[in-house]
Amino acid sequence: MIMNKGGFKQVLASLLCILGGILVGFIVLLLLATFTDSISISEAIKGISIVLRGPFASGKNAMFQLGNMLFNATPLIFTGLSVAIAFKTGLFNIGAPGQYLMGAMAALLVSLSIPSTVLHPAIIWILALLAGAIMGAIWGCIPGFFKAVLNVNEVIVCIMTNWIAANVVSWVFNGSKFINYAETKINFIVKTETNNIATPTLGMDTLFSGGSVKSYIDISIFIAIAVAIFLYIVMNRTVFGYELKACGFNKNASKYAGMNERRNIILSMAIAGALAATGAALWCLNGHQDFKWDTYQTLPADGFNGIVAALLASNNPIGVIFSSIFLKYLNVGGSNLAANTSFNEYVSQLIIAMIVYFSGFASYITNIIANRKKKIIEEDRG
Amino acid sequence: MVFILQKTLIFTIPLLIVALAGMFAERSGIINIALDGIMIFGAFIGAVVALFLRTNVSFFVDHNQLLFITCMIAAALAGALFSLLLSFSAIKFNANQTIGGTALNLLAPAIALFLIKVFTSKDQLEMGMAYDTLGGRHDFSYVITNGELPDILKIFFDKMYISTYVCIILFIILSIFIYKTKTGLRIRSCGENPQAADSVGINVYKMRYLGTSISGALAGLGGYVYIATVANGTASGAVAGMGFLALAIMIFGNWHPVGIAFGALMFGFLKCLSVVYSQFEFTKNLGLPMYFYNIIPYLAVLIVLAFSAGKSRAPKAEGIPYDKGSR
Repeated sequence: MIMNKGGFKQVLASLLCILGGILVGFIVLLLLATFTDSISISEAIKGISIVLRGPFASGKNAMFQLGNMLFNATPLIFTGLSVAIAFKTGLFNIGAPGQYLMGAMAALLVSLSIPSTVLHPAIIWILALLAGAIMGAIWGCIPGFFKAVLNVNEVIVCIMTNWIAANVVSWVFNGSKFINYAETKINFIVKTETNNIATPTLGMDTLFSGGSVKSYIDISIFIAIAVAIFLYIVMNRTVFGYELKACGFNKNASKYAGMNERRNIILSMAIAGALAATGAALWCLNGHQDFKWDTYQTLPADGFNGIVAALLASNNPIGVIFSSIFLKYLNVGGSNLAANTSFNEYVSQLIIAMIVYFSGFASYITNIIANRKKKIIEEDRG
Repeated sequence: MVFILQKTLIFTIPLLIVALAGMFAERSGIINIALDGIMIFGAFIGAVVALFLRTNVSFFVDHNQLLFITCMIAAALAGALFSLLLSFSAIKFNANQTIGGTALNLLAPAIALFLIKVFTSKDQLEMGMAYDTLGGRHDFSYVITNGELPDILKIFFDKMYISTYVCIILFIILSIFIYKTKTGLRIRSCGENPQAADSVGINVYKMRYLGTSISGALAGLGGYVYIATVANGTASGAVAGMGFLALAIMIFGNWHPVGIAFGALMFGFLKCLSVVYSQFEFTKNLGLPMYFYNIIPYLAVLIVLAFSAGKSRAPKAEGIPYDKGSR
């Protein structure tokens, strides 16, 4: 029974949150239209409908935007899973941006240093993905180790390792041969397709295209979905997953029950790191992406948005797939809005922020619904 | 050396005040992960007020320092109001405070950038530029110069901003407030054991609102000070992760003002190395890139933590919604 009563209430509460967020976004647009002479009310109505229709608002470009949206959702699903798994173990993985950067770095270094004439591109692709995941796992182990062995708050270590990663990545690539001089994009790394390495698309890029321009979509979205389902099974159906969750509920109790809580904390952070890094690696290995190497002053947005994706999904791995795609859907809506009206893309951010805000009330709302039902039943009996 | 210490002080001040902001919320029992967002919001409102007053009120054009102080007050008020969103959801609706904080972190840049872009068609709001005596661009001529002082006094009184003094005085007053006054003790008790506090007649909800509002005011103020002194007077919907850094400094300082002051100063000093390393023969000869010096402050925090580990004194009731019925 997937749709038991509790589940239904949760879905209802989530829908209410989404509705609330959209309503706030609409009100902001209306207010702006009312108080600004150059913007008409009808433009506000048009604006909100563009945001809500996401990629479908772009007419003949819809398939193209849909493909790119699914591709861009892939790293977000992974960072969302990363944060969600750590949350389940009672850890707040705010270090996903750093793990993401380290994963991207390792994947790019491997995929660009081994010439595809020496090894088959598919093998290099697998090696690069593995290198990324391992690098991320190592990076995730640092906060895990500090937490488990030295009892240092994981949030502070995550924040520190984020900025260390940002500088390490810039340091490694600074002045290296991997910088894209050929296309005079010196802030970016060479695309991996120059070494014949690109994730298979199974023809989906032609399917999801706007006429002659292909979208970036590849099989990585299916990898993301498969990993999410796998993690759902691990967390809910295996001893290991149970131990991780027990550790999150009560560290001392799980220790008393004979579980190795230190090992579990470190493992959980390692898995979280590997997940965030895998997302980054898949994004880079797509073959057509420009990775900005000079990143020492900024952290990747997908890393922090993983927190949002995980929170919206209540840390459910399957839910993360939907929340990530939904977030990217609104983002596409935002950029279409900027292109077609005098509003800008930040409206979609506003809506997302309000949805997250309302989702904090979700348990309160479900409790109210539950209590009212209980009351009615009690009154009927009395 | 004077130059480094001046730079250190300028960089430390926002960190110091925002870390104190985090402390106030957490000592009252609310995890304020929204420091970053509140900073962005405060900075945005401060910049808007600065631009408005400068173009419409000629009095403030002549009195730069008064304008600066007015904007700081505006930013603090904005921060306090914005933080009500967090305390409201956390106290009234028992919402998960991490979710509430994350929402605020998303909301602040969204509001700021949305409005900035609608009205200026740009992604950032510049408060007007001028070149200061250090050669750096900064917001109007806020800098106080006293070039003829002896070196030791120069550190504090030459090429300095009025915000530095305001923030140091605030830091001292508020540190005394939370440790030496009745209200301060009440705030702290709500973060440690709200049930016990309630049993002796303290209104836990009120204290938590108070703690979070002070936190919001300080974070908003810190945000404006940051963009006015460190970030070239530009409100851009981001404060370079300063809010999260302040959060880290607060944890580093064990939720205590003295620890926070030590952490912020250490971090600020090491952070300045990456700005000034190229001006010393010794560090220049090492030939290490900027990135190496950038890493030092973060690495130093980790190393200090590794050696001082196990003594964490987080408020015991932080993050737990207060429920009168539970024991």
